[in-house]
Amino acid sequence: MASISARRLKKELTEINHEGTPTGIKLLSADDFETWFFSIEVLGNTLYQGEVFKLMFRFDGHYPISSPAVQFVVDQTHQAPIHPHVYSNGHICASILGNDWSPVLSVASVCITLQSMLASCKSKERPPDNDRYVAHAPDNPKKTRFHYDVDRV
Amino acid sequence: MSSDYEYSDDEYLYDDDDEDMLSPQDGSAASSDDDMAMDTFGDDFKVPPREKRKSYEVDHDSLSHDAVKKLMAADVDHIAGIFGVDANTAELLLHHLAWNKERLIEKYMDNASAVSVAAGISLPSRASPSSSAAPIRYQGSSTRSSAATRRPARQQTPGARSLPPSSPSSNDAVLTPALAKQERFVCPICFDDSQTRFLSLSCEHQFCAECWNAYVTGKIREEGEHAIRCMAEGCALVAPRTFVLRDALPAPSEDKGTRERYEELQLRHFVASTASLKYCPYPSCTYTVSCPAASTKSSLISMVPTVTCGANATPAHKFCFGCAIESDHRPVICPVARMWLQKCEDDSETANWIKSNTKECSKCQSTIEKNGGCNHMTCKKCKHEFCWVCMGPWSEHGSAWYSCNRYDEKAGVDARDAQSKSRASLERYLHYYNRWANHEQSAKLSVELYSKTEKKMEEMQLTSELTWIEVQFMRKAVDEVEKCRMTLKWTYAMAYYLDKGNEKELFEDNQRDLERAVEDLSELLESPIDPEAISMLRQKVTDRTVYVSKRNEIMLEDTATGFQEGRWKWNVPVEGFD
Repeated sequence: MASISARRLKKELTEINHEGTPTGIKLLSADDFETWFFSIEVLGNTLYQGEVFKLMFRFDGHYPISSPAVQFVVDQTHQAPIHPHVYSNGHICASILGNDWSPVLSVASVCITLQSMLASCKSKERPPDNDRYVAHAPDNPKKTRFHYDVDRV
Repeated sequence: MSSDYEYSDDEYLYDDDDEDMLSPQDGSAASSDDDMAMDTFGDDFKVPPREKRKSYEVDHDSLSHDAVKKLMAADVDHIAGIFGVDANTAELLLHHLAWNKERLIEKYMDNASAVSVAAGISLPSRASPSSSAAPIRYQGSSTRSSAATRRPARQQTPGARSLPPSSPSSNDAVLTPALAKQERFVCPICFDDSQTRFLSLSCEHQFCAECWNAYVTGKIREEGEHAIRCMAEGCALVAPRTFVLRDALPAPSEDKGTRERYEELQLRHFVASTASLKYCPYPSCTYTVSCPAASTKSSLISMVPTVTCGANATPAHKFCFGCAIESDHRPVICPVARMWLQKCEDDSETANWIKSNTKECSKCQSTIEKNGGCNHMTCKKCKHEFCWVCMGPWSEHGSAWYSCNRYDEKAGVDARDAQSKSRASLERYLHYYNRWANHEQSAKLSVELYSKTEKKMEEMQLTSELTWIEVQFMRKAVDEVEKCRMTLKWTYAMAYYLDKGNEKELFEDNQRDLERAVEDLSELLESPIDPEAISMLRQKVTDRTVYVSKRNEIMLEDTATGFQEGRWKWNVPVEGFD
């Protein structure tokens, strides 16, 4: 099974190197088939103008049958975007990363989805249960069972 | 016995012990399902030789794993026959509507295509398969076979085949191995160009067989999913049974466990959705109990559906079909039993404490604890001033610091009256609760009583001529006592909620008789053994056991009949009663 995940990621990487990433998204590093980093910014007239975020993808051996673990990186130089679906530790509550994941989605399509999630944000705020969640959140966001609200953003 | 069968038409002429042989005869109203079950499954029905059903018993059948499977298959066949669709489609339709045949038929007749779409059988309309994910359409050599003729057992011959997505009965595997090469189709999931076998549902979202296998296996094994959707993003089609078992999963020889798990998940969904079926809740028991009489909520107000599954276990797997409160809470019905337990959980300890440590304000009835100070009380809530000792208003005490010698002042008497009323209701609750708890406690101690009795039985064998078989009467008596204590326990819950009147008095008379009989027998069991009088003891114990059992019967019988007649009136609103 591990071979499927490696082969698939190799293919995605080739595509990214050949055709480039969508505007606003840059591949920072993809040294192995376990963890990839991207930088992401939202272009145009949005609430996040000028902000650059760092995305981390973690893949297990069952990718793409199982979804990748995706989160924003929070360190000295990066913050998680302030968004009603993004917790301050970088975890993202988005159904396509959980229930609605489909194996035909790819790293690039996840990036685009997240970009549009940010782009359509109307007010910069944290999820209402941010403090409680962050205090007890597991390291891997895939271990959290998110309750997906009706998507308004 | 067969000659009996020959000439007696009237079923009432049968002896009880004939009935297990001739079960199709008893109850001519037995549904066709039952008949089928009887014929087909023979030994799976380990129903003990049935005597005439008592009013406190409920008709039920125990079904083995295979019997449930057959029930499920019968439903599928039924629907397939009515709608003229194949078994796979019928199963998906039933699955979608939680195995409610009537609703399915109604909805399907109303709008067949909408139901098919909702059930994940066909796509909403021709145009909509999400274009990015659907790769290439294949035009196979048009050997289109009717989907209805395809059965899981049939081996798919390698050959291109494609079915139009709009047909509601076409949600089946589409195999296109030969064409893959010339079109250079690559699975969009694994991008493995060495793959040659591709599968899709009727949505034609094609993926290689290996990816399907990994996906379906994961869904079944890790997520316990019973409805497996197409892998394409946003595609709502559900993989039918044949697709999962024949196409997506590896051959049975390679992975038997996943197949079994899949069947199990389907079966569980069927049982969970069918109100007249319940799994036996005992650990690792595989039986299912069918009890159509108790399948509606409203039926639970007129009976206590205590059922036993067919497992040959000691003690038997007895449970309540209507609730999970206790295996046998006869004679009281589920909603009342639930109400009582809730009350006990909330109130008992608190009530005890309140009763011994507080008094109520004589004006607003707030409960007040006096934790120090003098007897001049001022209610925090209503500011009423009163005397803690006589409960009369403080104003009547004048300015005297403590002169509560006005014991008979009218206001004081009234206040004490009001208070005693509220105490009385507490008192009343505790009366029932204590008796309830007492029987529960005694029943819990029955393990101890058993071992004590065991010793006594040994002792008897040593000191008298009695054999092991002959001392079994002791054990029987203990069994009976325990059983009756359970009945008694729940009669107190029932009596607490029964409205005053003749009916309740009769109920309590029965209760008293049973309790007295049980206590008598209990005492006898605990009494020391006099070797001289063992035969007398034996006689006495046996007699009393019979009597106790009789009283228990009367108690249960009368209460059950009362429920059927709607004789019992409650002093509080009970769920399901007006």
